[in-house]
Amino acid sequence: MSAVLEHEAQLALAAVAPQADHRALRFLTAGSVDDGKSTLIGRLLYDSRAILADQLDTLHARAAGEPIDLSLLTDGLEAEREQGITIDVAFRYFATRQRKFIIADAPGHEQYTRNMVTAAAGSDAAVVLVDLTKIDWRAPVVELLPQTRRHALLAQLLRVPSIVFAVNKIDAVDDAAAAYAAVRGALQRFAHDAGLTALAGIVPVSALRGDNVTRPLHTAWFDGPSLLELLERLPTTQETTHGPLAMPVQYVARDGDGVGHQARTLWGRIARGRICTGDAVQLLPGGHRAQVQAVLRAGRPVPSAGAGESAGLVLDRQLDVSRGDWIAAPGSLRESRRFSATLAWLDTEPAQIGRRYLVRHGNRWVQARIGAIEHRLDIHTLEPTDAHELAVNDIGEVTVELQQPLPLEPYADNRVAGALIVVDPSSHRTSGALLVRETAAPS
Amino acid sequence: MNARVELDRLLPQLAHSHLDWLEEEAIFILREVAATFERPALLFSGGKDSCVVLRLAEKAFKRAQGNGRCAGRLPFPLLHVDTGHNFPEVIAFRDQRVAEMGERLLVAHLDDSIARGSVRLADPLESRNGHQSVTLLEAIDEHRLDCLIGGARRDEEKARAKERIFSHRDSFGQWQPKEQRPELWTLFNTRIRPGEHFRAFPISNWTELDVWLYIAREQIPLPDIYYAHERDVVRRRGLLVPVTDVTPPRTGEAIERLQVRFRTVGDMTCTCPVESPASDATEVVTETLTVTISERGATRMDDRTSDASMERRKKEGYF
Repeated sequence: MSAVLEHEAQLALAAVAPQADHRALRFLTAGSVDDGKSTLIGRLLYDSRAILADQLDTLHARAAGEPIDLSLLTDGLEAEREQGITIDVAFRYFATRQRKFIIADAPGHEQYTRNMVTAAAGSDAAVVLVDLTKIDWRAPVVELLPQTRRHALLAQLLRVPSIVFAVNKIDAVDDAAAAYAAVRGALQRFAHDAGLTALAGIVPVSALRGDNVTRPLHTAWFDGPSLLELLERLPTTQETTHGPLAMPVQYVARDGDGVGHQARTLWGRIARGRICTGDAVQLLPGGHRAQVQAVLRAGRPVPSAGAGESAGLVLDRQLDVSRGDWIAAPGSLRESRRFSATLAWLDTEPAQIGRRYLVRHGNRWVQARIGAIEHRLDIHTLEPTDAHELAVNDIGEVTVELQQPLPLEPYADNRVAGALIVVDPSSHRTSGALLVRETAAPS
Repeated sequence: MNARVELDRLLPQLAHSHLDWLEEEAIFILREVAATFERPALLFSGGKDSCVVLRLAEKAFKRAQGNGRCAGRLPFPLLHVDTGHNFPEVIAFRDQRVAEMGERLLVAHLDDSIARGSVRLADPLESRNGHQSVTLLEAIDEHRLDCLIGGARRDEEKARAKERIFSHRDSFGQWQPKEQRPELWTLFNTRIRPGEHFRAFPISNWTELDVWLYIAREQIPLPDIYYAHERDVVRRRGLLVPVTDVTPPRTGEAIERLQVRFRTVGDMTCTCPVESPASDATEVVTETLTVTISERGATRMDDRTSDASMERRKKEGYF
C-alpha cells in the first residue's frame, strides 16, 4: 500500500487506539424535548467524523441551503420523522483517539421513564442535558427544572456509575459566564442535597455551535475539560472481581458423541469473583458440592476466569445441573422467596397486586407476584407517596413473593444477582424492571 | 498468510482487548440462543458479517484444537436464502466453508418461491433483494425455526440502530418497531408463542471497522471478491455497477475494467463494488479507517430509493 495511505491510516488509527480501559464507554443521554439533545449527539458524531459523506448529503438535501440540522442525524424510524418525535432508544457509535463510545439515546417525552430505564441498564454514564435558556439564572435562588432533577435522580436510582451535567445553549444567553456560574451552583447544591454520589462533572456546552463539546472552550470563565474529554476519562462499570464466586449457568454443553458417560461443560458469565481449576464449588439449588476439574474460555482450557467473563466449568462429578442454576463458592449464596425492590413499571397495563407474573433472574424464569406496593416515588423528587397501583413510567417500592427461592442480593452490591425483569405471562411484554433492595430470610 | 504480524506492525497502539470485549458479548448472545430456543438457525451467506458470526459460533460451541481447527459441531444448522442472483464466487465459497466445517446447511431458493407463486416479479431482471423476505419466512415455516441468528449491525443503518439484540417477530414474521420489548441488562425476554420467532444479532454493537479488524486478527477466510480484483463495471448514479448477466449495461453506458473490491455482498442486482487496491484484510482496515462514504451508501442500490427503505423491508420480515 502507498506510504501516503499508510501515514493517513496511522493518524486515523490513533482515533481508535484505546487506553488502559479498553472497553467502549456506554453512556445514555437524558434531556427533554428542545433541550438540544439530538443536536448534541449529532455534534459528537459530526465532530468525531462518525458521519460519512453520503449521510451528510442527505442532510444537505433536507436543509435546502440553510445550515444543516445536526439533530436530524439521530432521526430513526419513518414513523418518528412523520410525527417529529423519537419513539425508542437508539444506539450510536463513535470513536476518538482515546476510546470507543456507544450512545444509548433515550427520547425525552411521554414514554420517557421507560426508555431511560432501558438505556440506563448497562450504561456506564449518563449525560443529563440542562437547558440554560429555560432557567431564571438571575434569581436570588436558582431553581432547576423538574426534568433535570428527575433525570439525575433516575440515573442515580438505577445506579449509573457516573452522572455528567451538560449545561447547554451557552451561545443563547447574553452573559454566559454568569449564567453558567449560577446554574453550576444550583446543580452542586442539588447534588449535595440529593446525595448524588455519582456526579462526575458539570460542563458548559453549545451543541449548536460545537463549543466545548469536542473542542475545549478557552475562555476566562471556564478552563475545565470539554464534554468529550470528560467522557474519555470516565471509568467503565467495574465487575465485582472481589468476593466469593457466583455464576449463573447459561448453557449446558454435552461433549463427545452422545454415547455413554459424557463430560458436561457448564457455561456461564461470572457474576462475581474468580474461578480456578481445583476450586471447591457449590450448586444451587440443592447445595451439592464438587470440585472444578477444568476451566474453559471460548473452547480453550485456561487456569482461571473472572467476573464479567464467560467461562465453561467441568466438574469432577456428575451432578444434575441445568440452565438457571448457580455455581458458587460453598456457603456464599443465600436463597430467598421474598424481597423488597424498586420496581420501574414499563407496561401500559398497570402493575397489579396479587397477579402472577413471570420474572427472570440470572438465567432462570420463575413465577412471582407483587405482595404489596409500599409507595410510589414522586418522579421529580423521589419522595415516597401513597399508591395502590403503579402505571406505566411509575417507579415504586414493592415487596415481591416468588414461587421458588432465588439467590438474590441487593442490586447495590451485585447487579447480576440484584436485577430482575417482570414479564406479563399473557402478552409476553417486558412489563417491569426490579432492583432488589433487601431480601428476607428463608422461611 | 501473515495477517496478524502485518496488523501488529500497522496498528501498534491497537490493543486487542476492545475486540475481546465485543467477542465476549457475541459469544454470550450465541450461547443464549442455543440455550433458550428449540430450533434456531444461523443465517450464513458467505458474506463477511456472517463469516464473522460463524467464527464466533465456532468459538462459542466448539473445542479449539492445536492445529487451528475446531472439534465438535454447532448446535444449530446454517441457513442461506439464495436469490438465484448471488455471485457464483460467493456460493462456491459458502459450500466450501460448510464442507470444511462439517456443518449442515439449509438453502432456501427464491426461485422455488417464484415457482410456488408466492413471489411474483414484475420484471425478470428486477432486484430480488426485497423478495428474499418471502423465501426466508417460507423457510422459517418449513423448518419450524424459532430463532434466526443474523450478522446485522446497528451502525449500518438508522432503522437498525433501534433494533434489539433479541428482536421479536410476530406470527406474520413482521417487525413492529413501536412494540419492541425493552431490553434490560442481559436479561433477554425471549418468550414466544407458537408461530412467532426471534432474530438474534450477536454483532449488534460492532462497526464496519471492528468487523474488518476481527477478520484480520482471526484470519477469517472470505470470498475473494472482498479483495481487490479486476472487474467490468459501468458508472450509474455515482455507483459502480458490476456487469453481469442480470445487471447488463444500459444503452449509452460504457463498460470500464477497474480494480475493485466489494464492501458488502448481497444480491447481484443491488450490490456494487468500490475502487480499491486493498488485497487483504489489513489493507481493508487501513482503507476503512480513512473512508468517507458509509458502507451501505457506497454499495447498495436498494437503500438509496428512500430514507426509510431498510425500515420498510425490515417490517416485512427482511433480515
